Amino acid sequence: MSVPYQLSHLRALEAEAIHIIREVAAEFERPALLFSGGKDSMVMLHLAVKAFAPARVPFPVMHVDTGHNFDEIISFRDEIVAKLGARLLVASVQDDIDAGRSVEDDGPRASRNRLQTATLLRGIEEHRFDAVFGGARRDEEKARAKERVFSFRDEFGQWDPKNQRPELWSLYNGRHRQGEHIRVFPLSNWTELDIWQYIAEEEVELPLIYFAHSRKVFHRDGMWMADSPLIKRLPGEEVEERTVRFRTVGDVTCTGSVESTADTLELVIAEVAATRLTERGATRADDRISEAGMEDRKREGYF
Amino acid sequence: MEMLRLATAGSVDDGKSTLIGRLLYDSKAIFEDQLEAVERTSRERGDVHTNLALLTDGLRAEREQGITIDVAYRYFATPKRKFIIADTPGHTQYTRNMVTGASTADLALILVDARKGILEQSRRHAFLSSLLGIPHLVLCVNKMDLVEWSEDRFEEIKAEFRSFAMKLDVSDLTFIPVSALHGDNVVDRSVNMPWYEGTSLLHHLEEVHIASDRNLIDARFPVQYVIRPQNQTDHATHDYRGYAGQVAGGVLKPGDEVVVLPSGFATTIASIDTADGPIDEAYAPMSVTIRLTDDIDVSRGDMITRVRNQPHMGQDIDAMVCWMSDSVWLREGAKLSIKHTTRWARALVKDLQYQLDINTLHRYEDAVGLSLNEIGRVTLRVTHPLLFDAYRRNRTTGSFILVDEVSQTTVGAGMILGPTDT
Ligand SMILES: Nc1nc2c(ncn2[C@@H]2O[C@H](COP(=O)(O)OP(=O)(O)O)[C@@H](O)[C@H]2O)c(=O)[nH]1
Repeated sequence: MSVPYQLSHLRALEAEAIHIIREVAAEFERPALLFSGGKDSMVMLHLAVKAFAPARVPFPVMHVDTGHNFDEIISFRDEIVAKLGARLLVASVQDDIDAGRSVEDDGPRASRNRLQTATLLRGIEEHRFDAVFGGARRDEEKARAKERVFSFRDEFGQWDPKNQRPELWSLYNGRHRQGEHIRVFPLSNWTELDIWQYIAEEEVELPLIYFAHSRKVFHRDGMWMADSPLIKRLPGEEVEERTVRFRTVGDVTCTGSVESTADTLELVIAEVAATRLTERGATRADDRISEAGMEDRKREGYF
Repeated sequence: MEMLRLATAGSVDDGKSTLIGRLLYDSKAIFEDQLEAVERTSRERGDVHTNLALLTDGLRAEREQGITIDVAYRYFATPKRKFIIADTPGHTQYTRNMVTGASTADLALILVDARKGILEQSRRHAFLSSLLGIPHLVLCVNKMDLVEWSEDRFEEIKAEFRSFAMKLDVSDLTFIPVSALHGDNVVDRSVNMPWYEGTSLLHHLEEVHIASDRNLIDARFPVQYVIRPQNQTDHATHDYRGYAGQVAGGVLKPGDEVVVLPSGFATTIASIDTADGPIDEAYAPMSVTIRLTDDIDVSRGDMITRVRNQPHMGQDIDAMVCWMSDSVWLREGAKLSIKHTTRWARALVKDLQYQLDINTLHRYEDAVGLSLNEIGRVTLRVTHPLLFDAYRRNRTTGSFILVDEVSQTTVGAGMILGPTDT
């Protein structure tokens, strides 16, 4: 049942995102798109390609690389970037550690997740980016639910949630001074289910770890963590082979999988529609630190 | 599945957060881990019931003060529609948040406490909803359980609100008696109020007719970005020149005779392109790329429109402005940056005709300025001609923002009444 002259929700979300992406290309000098290889950044890149067709995407993509990746993600990233003719920049957490700018945690729960902020900000500074696209969605988390589509960052990359610019209609204000920048979130109004439905409709390519596969995993904090040389197991954490899939793509050390037999898009969508846990609550150790965890990290300049 | 954007407003403690929490909860948009976090916080705070209101309170400062202070967006879907809720706080200082949330809304949901009835704030919310051109208004009379589910009380509130709403520009007004706490008339019809013959709130949200709210008459296409592949090796796209943008009104088709403003050059639409291929027609809010048959100079900020149905073009504008800055005032003689559709310019405040008291609708013609959360009628002189319509006719080509040139923050929201009479 389609009403004449009425867009479906996915087409309306797509039109809004394309408008936002074009607005940035028109008003900023040096934008960049943050790309992790995960589903949200794939959708964002897909939208950027659509926004400028038949021309190429007029800005580079930047990957903040913790060095603790799933191997599949890096090869996927390189393939996609080559295929779309995009320019890839990598800001590496390892470089910051080697240069003594970041200090790595130790122990079985060590994660480089927090260190990403410093590396991201360094990348932005080095390339003098004035606008940076992120794939965050407001349905992910409570602090994100209040963030603007054009979100101002001061010269330290900080977000001030109490002092956000009013944002009305689709009139975005990207004004800033040198050294300041704007984070731009074209997927703000998308939910996890919207993302999956769009991926299915548009046949957006995804890394295979999103689909059910057999993997060596161990149980920790209610999640199945991948067995990897990068994580020290605790006593009692036994490795076993399970059929799992990942709901988000992040650092190996803090991204868990869920048991699932959903090995096709249709099955994944059915599972997402029925799930009763947020993707972050279910599978991201980094977000469980405290209820205000995301807000604190965001203030410092996190994605 | 269509999308419906709604803005909610209510005074503190009218039960707005509970109502939204209930909508999300009953439509299964709340996940178990979110609910657990809320239950934990409720216990720590010593609340008696699990406080569904906590679901919509985001930031730490707000949790500490126990109030919502900014606009938060919430999402839920039923098989019929996807909903975006802009949840805006109700207290006096935050008119600016309500205006922000209301700017894109299709429907405003205003909550009142059945015991207290219509308050000054309820009138203000209704006024702002009408000022922002929200086509549908729903007044939820909440806490009906605390007035013994009284039909008389409901009718009394309805009558009072209706007599006030008559002064406003509200085309579709609906009243629903609810109990957010107990769920009556939120998702399912209430058994406690058999006298109520209307539908539940959720049912209303699913069914309210929004398709005809958009302007399908006045073709307006603000050019946002010029697409030129300039790829020397690809002959297919070498000469490609397309004007990208989001349709702001009307229906555009290939072959249409159009005019490009401000140059006034008449031409024809050669094709309407998308990444998925050319399409037969484009309407709001589609993002498309238009190619013209003539090779003319078109750039960002121009508008493609119809020869016989053009927007106003001019530098003198009469508008209602809501002021949003807590550090500077709007004063006559002030110079500001203005963003209207895809064009930036500078604006001079030539005249503050009056400040409007949004509680009484009284006009203060001797006002010397507008401070935070104040609304007034102003005359602006703009450095470049803008291509605009009255806000009542088109919310996209009739709106603008004002930006302070020092702090670069957004300080005003404008709704155009028309060109200044001279
Ligand atoms: N009896 C009753 N109490 C309600 C109802 N809705 C909300 N409340 C209570 O009213 C208080 C304020 O509600 P809340 O949702 O926080 O209000 P808000 O400030 O408008 O967001 C809370 O104690 C709620 O439990 C209702 O329908 N009936």
